[in-house]
Amino acid sequence: MSQFFTAAVLTATVASGIQLATPFLLAGLGETMGQRSGVVNLGVDGIMLLGAFSAYFTALKTGNLLLAALAGIGIGVAMGLVTALVSVTLKAEQGISGIGVFLFGLGLTDLLLLKLVPAPATVAALPTVRIPLLDRLPAIGTVFFQQDWLVYFAFLLVPVLTFVLNRTTYGMKIRAVGENPAAADTVGVSVARIRYSTVLIGCALAGLAGAALLLFVGIFQQDLTNSEGFIAVALVYFGAWRPIGVMAGSLLYGMVGSIVLTSKTLGIIPLSGSDIAAMAPAVITVLALLSVARRFRQPAALGRPYERGT
Amino acid sequence: MRAPGLTRHPRILPAGRRRALLISWLVLPSAAIVALLMGAVLMLVFGANPIVGYQALLAGAFGDSYALTSTAVKAVPLLLVGAGICIAFRANVLNIGGEGQIAMGGLAATATALAVPNLPSPVLIPLTLLAGAVGGGVWGAIPGAFKAYFNVNEILSTIMLNLVAVQFMNYMLSGPLVARSGYAVGGLIPQTQLLSPNSWLPTLIEGTQMHLGVLIALVLAIAVYVLLWRTSFGFRIRAVGLSREASQYAGIAVKPTITWAMTLAGALSGVAGAMLVFGSISHRMVTDGSLTGFTGNAGFNGIVVALFAGLHPLWTIVTAFLFAGLLVGGTSMQVVTGVPSDLVTAINGLVVVLVVSVEYMRRRSRARARAVDMLGPPAAGVTELVRA
Repeated sequence: MSQFFTAAVLTATVASGIQLATPFLLAGLGETMGQRSGVVNLGVDGIMLLGAFSAYFTALKTGNLLLAALAGIGIGVAMGLVTALVSVTLKAEQGISGIGVFLFGLGLTDLLLLKLVPAPATVAALPTVRIPLLDRLPAIGTVFFQQDWLVYFAFLLVPVLTFVLNRTTYGMKIRAVGENPAAADTVGVSVARIRYSTVLIGCALAGLAGAALLLFVGIFQQDLTNSEGFIAVALVYFGAWRPIGVMAGSLLYGMVGSIVLTSKTLGIIPLSGSDIAAMAPAVITVLALLSVARRFRQPAALGRPYERGT
Repeated sequence: MRAPGLTRHPRILPAGRRRALLISWLVLPSAAIVALLMGAVLMLVFGANPIVGYQALLAGAFGDSYALTSTAVKAVPLLLVGAGICIAFRANVLNIGGEGQIAMGGLAATATALAVPNLPSPVLIPLTLLAGAVGGGVWGAIPGAFKAYFNVNEILSTIMLNLVAVQFMNYMLSGPLVARSGYAVGGLIPQTQLLSPNSWLPTLIEGTQMHLGVLIALVLAIAVYVLLWRTSFGFRIRAVGLSREASQYAGIAVKPTITWAMTLAGALSGVAGAMLVFGSISHRMVTDGSLTGFTGNAGFNGIVVALFAGLHPLWTIVTAFLFAGLLVGGTSMQVVTGVPSDLVTAINGLVVVLVVSVEYMRRRSRARARAVDMLGPPAAGVTELVRA
């Protein structure tokens, strides 16, 4: 046990926990936007897989990591159009169509990996960006200010999206559409347009989340996300539809993941014990869902397609 | 007294209504055709001839008796999960937890076979299947009760319980249930020892994989049909699915009904898990660390077959067999065309998206059909997949 509590191991664990939290955070924030406008997108995991693969392929071919991240966003936007078409225009049952998108992403990325990448190689890691001065703070500097730019971007999105949702006209329209689409429609807000925009933002972020995950891992493999996209959706409920709450949930997942990883590497807990430890966040999430369901109210129109005159 | 949405349609149909109903019936097959066409496009993209590809797929799935029996065996978990989905979705509970329920059922059944390996087959086989039902049933009851009593979103809780189940499975198969003999690089192989031959599902046709589970699954699917349409419990499930409020008002105990619907759905998936173990070629429970490695995605594909069957257990028999053919034939397609069989997973995904997308059109044409004989507006939601 004593090995674990040295300063170096501890800061490294927390720092990697923040990194592991980033894909959850990006995907969860995107999902928050959609859900506040009343759309549940359960296809996040599939979109993350597609985003991760397109980022991987781009990175392999060009070696340009920025381009790789953009490829992730690009495929996210494309899938966003499909998702919005299905859930907003065609008014499909969103919980189920999302499963379809997941299966599609899972199958297609396996297929593409086998056909397009005969010899999978790792791609370069994202460069660490040190924030001048702050990075030299003891411990805190290593943990918070020696990360890569995707991590900074994800965490900066938290205040940005909080501001957008609570303090801008656009945010007010999003919330109106999510709470009472009929009323919003009456005062001239286009329910479909707002929902299309939030779904597109959400899916773009899901694609970027996949790219982030890929760039942290360095190589694409079958089912790379391992349900992270589904967890991100759950984290939106966990965080009671607030960006800051989603951040808390993402950090929980990131930290537990990182602690399990560290203790496995150091041999503190046996391998089979680490399986039990890895159950913890999912169990916590179920219990959190229980308390959120009692304390917070979800957006009133969540998951309900809007039809005029009903 | 039957609720309006549950009445049978009169035999003589006005013309407008007939046309609207026809459209509502054509929508699902068209969705399948569109998905297969998209699959053909993907094959073309990878330089394969889609006609050759689909021919190989068909031959591999239904071409000879061996192919047919393999398909039948592959259909077993799809049918069981699908029949369970019919129950849950009809109660308007969206059970996405099939994967976890299969794993927990498989574990419970395996543990039973390991605990009492010497019981004679006629006792041990029913016992293991029952254990599977209990394991899966518990894993369905939890999200069901959470939904019914605490209003916890069942989609999320079932997904989370899938994640718990996979870790629990990995723990059990590398810890308490592990075979002490199978060493590999890095330690013991995460699998059980060879299970007692008394627990194996007997083969029905010599030289094929066709085992008793195929028959049991058929019987259970028919039982689900009887349950849903010939018992008052089934009526309550469907009524709750159409409207919780109205059912409450009519004096139905809504919360226990929802919990039981999920428990039964989980139990059927659990039996599927047991059959995956005792009907397997290796006759042991193995994990590669993922849920898919054990379930073969049956928890999700079961949703596909049930939706495609219009949430009708008897139609689910047909769709489970067809989709199993897609999965079995996918391997042959891979051999012939070099296009990986993962294409089938992608096509399945497309089918789901298309089916729920065209559902709106179906609902509208059905509403038009109803308007003709003024039965009133349809209720919203998946329960509208009801094939009257």
